[in-house]
Amino acid sequence: MSSESIEPTAFEQAKDSSKVTVQASPSAGTGKAKMKGRKVTVFYGEKQALFDVDIDIMENEVTALIGPSGCGKSTFLRCLNRMNDVVDICRVHGEIIMDGKDIYDRDVDVVHLRARVGMVFQKPNPFPKSIYENVAYGPRIHGLTRNKSELDEIVETSLQKAGLWNEAKDRLNQPGTGLSGGQQQRLCIARAIAVAPEVILMDEPCSALDPIATAKIEDLIHELRENYTIAIVTHSMQQAARVSQKTAFFHLGNLVEYGETEQIFTNPKEERTQGYITGRFG
Amino acid sequence: MFGTTALAILVLAIVGFILARGFATSRAAVDGTKLNSLPSYYGTYVALWTGVPALLLILLWSALQEKVLNTIVMGTFPDEMLAGMGTGQLQLLLSEIRSIAGGRIFGEPAPEVLRAAEMLITMQNSADYAMIVVGCAAAVLGLVFTRSQLSNDFRARTRVESFVKVAMILCSIFAILVTVGIVFSLLFESYRFFQMVPWYEFFFGLSWEPQIPMRDDQVAGAGAFGAVPVFLGTIVVATIAMLFATPIGLLSAIYMAEYATPKFRDIVKPILEILAGIPTVVYGFFAVLTVAPALRQMGASIGMDVAANSALAAGGVMGIMIIPFISSLSDDALRAVPHSMREGSYGLGATKAETITAVLFPAALPGIVGGILLAVSRAIGETMIVVMAAGLIASLTVNPFSAVTTVTVQIVTLLIGDTEFDSPKTLAAFALGLVLFVATLCLNVLALRIVQKYREKYD
Repeated sequence: MSSESIEPTAFEQAKDSSKVTVQASPSAGTGKAKMKGRKVTVFYGEKQALFDVDIDIMENEVTALIGPSGCGKSTFLRCLNRMNDVVDICRVHGEIIMDGKDIYDRDVDVVHLRARVGMVFQKPNPFPKSIYENVAYGPRIHGLTRNKSELDEIVETSLQKAGLWNEAKDRLNQPGTGLSGGQQQRLCIARAIAVAPEVILMDEPCSALDPIATAKIEDLIHELRENYTIAIVTHSMQQAARVSQKTAFFHLGNLVEYGETEQIFTNPKEERTQGYITGRFG
Repeated sequence: MFGTTALAILVLAIVGFILARGFATSRAAVDGTKLNSLPSYYGTYVALWTGVPALLLILLWSALQEKVLNTIVMGTFPDEMLAGMGTGQLQLLLSEIRSIAGGRIFGEPAPEVLRAAEMLITMQNSADYAMIVVGCAAAVLGLVFTRSQLSNDFRARTRVESFVKVAMILCSIFAILVTVGIVFSLLFESYRFFQMVPWYEFFFGLSWEPQIPMRDDQVAGAGAFGAVPVFLGTIVVATIAMLFATPIGLLSAIYMAEYATPKFRDIVKPILEILAGIPTVVYGFFAVLTVAPALRQMGASIGMDVAANSALAAGGVMGIMIIPFISSLSDDALRAVPHSMREGSYGLGATKAETITAVLFPAALPGIVGGILLAVSRAIGETMIVVMAAGLIASLTVNPFSAVTTVTVQIVTLLIGDTEFDSPKTLAAFALGLVLFVATLCLNVLALRIVQKYREKYD
């Protein structure tokens, strides 16, 4: 099949409609792998949800995990900070190596791991506390500050990094639940940043947001890439094309294809990837 | 007689149903006709209008029959004979006539009385037959009239639905009216009490001795109606109960909601809720026969004097009774906190304990406070345990080892035995009841408002 005959890919569509957002540069990371998944296999009870996933999450890059619903992309994301531990029936096999250490090793403290690998969820979930308290929550429980002024500083810089400071600085003591959906999601990002993580996991962070709030979050992801390694699960192929450098396509619990985002969207090696990104299934 | 009439009306209603449904079915069978409603709605419409008004009529009839007959019978006596009698004597005469009419003759009744009794018997018989006739006539009338209304586009469904709607409105009005009636009787009797005893004495007086003489020759105290010791006793017992129930209930709720495996939860939660199903009398036994002697013995062994019916025993057992209230409502409140809150907190590296204390507990706090307030109002209003296990003498003390009395206990003792509803002793019960009612009402309203406010947050 020649390249002229195929339909415009999601990547090209994204490029056409990407006037409002910055196109992700092909690669700006350090070229080192931050987290390495080796033969990651997950069972929910009897049902196997992931089959031998091997993947390198590159440092200071955005890795997008795409695939149809139920393909295991969220499951894999939640393995990266052991959020699956909370689910009783879930068992994880294989290794996930972060800075040379398997995070599923017995002597790893999951509390410390989650401080290093922060998470932003599908639905904005600010705590029913003030904006300030929402951001201060992480630093408090990890004892990152010695006094109030240090905490104030962390709150301010986190909100600034999350692009929420200008909107929130006059209402820090008002409840975080009173913000709009997009603001709430940026508050959740600020909350995650406040613990100074190395990796930020995002589980469909824009699926509950309108296009304008989505564009803001996507811009934010671009900025955050400078300092953090980001893995993002998304249902929107345009979004994956816009924000990520690497893309991993999951299908039925298998990692089908993983590579440079541009390559995945313009010249996929696997037929299933081709089928998914051109909208033939999924 | 009432039963027979009711049965007859019911049969008529069923007949009406069958007739009307048959009419509708036969019409529907004709090609091209379009009925407004399903056949059973036509049936129900006719049955309702046949049965309900007639039944209401005979209910009213039987309620009024006795009164009307009494008036007629008493009217036969010459005026000069009744003129000298008080209400009590008139009542006596009437009941004599009634018992003679019922076939129970004592002694030698006066000829006028015998005549009146005979008259009563005849009137009763004819009244009973009249009731059957009137009831059935009303039912038949309803049947014939509604049957004649039926046609292809008669809106039977709308009519039936509005009938049901009206019935539901009447039921809720009935419930409201009963409540209002109770409140007004409390208010009215309390007003009479406060005419005899000044309100400042009742609310601020420090001495409670309501056992005033009811007859002139009775030896009793002079009577004092200062309710402060009673209120204080109630507060002491309720506080002890809450001190027991709140921590135990809350911690078990947290365990159930956050730590317990689903299997453990499924077993233990129903067991905990059985506590709420134990009759309070049984708790009363437990307090009197087990807890109070044990406390007394423990006190004696360390040289402390514990009253046989101490506030601690009553309050402690009451606390056990209240545990399921608090644990169940707090459990619900904790589990109502969205799962995303837990994930958000865990995702930041918080431990389970940190998540519970810093996120879940504050989020669930309104629900928990609401539950606790409901439990408090339950503790204040609880009667049986304190009647059995707390004291009767009102003493002005907050010592949990001494005997205290509560508002509910006093109401019970004031109204037990021979009572006369115009002495301040009896009326004091109503004043206490009013105070109790207002206090629990305020607590319940407050609790419901808090719980409601909390609900708005996540829905």
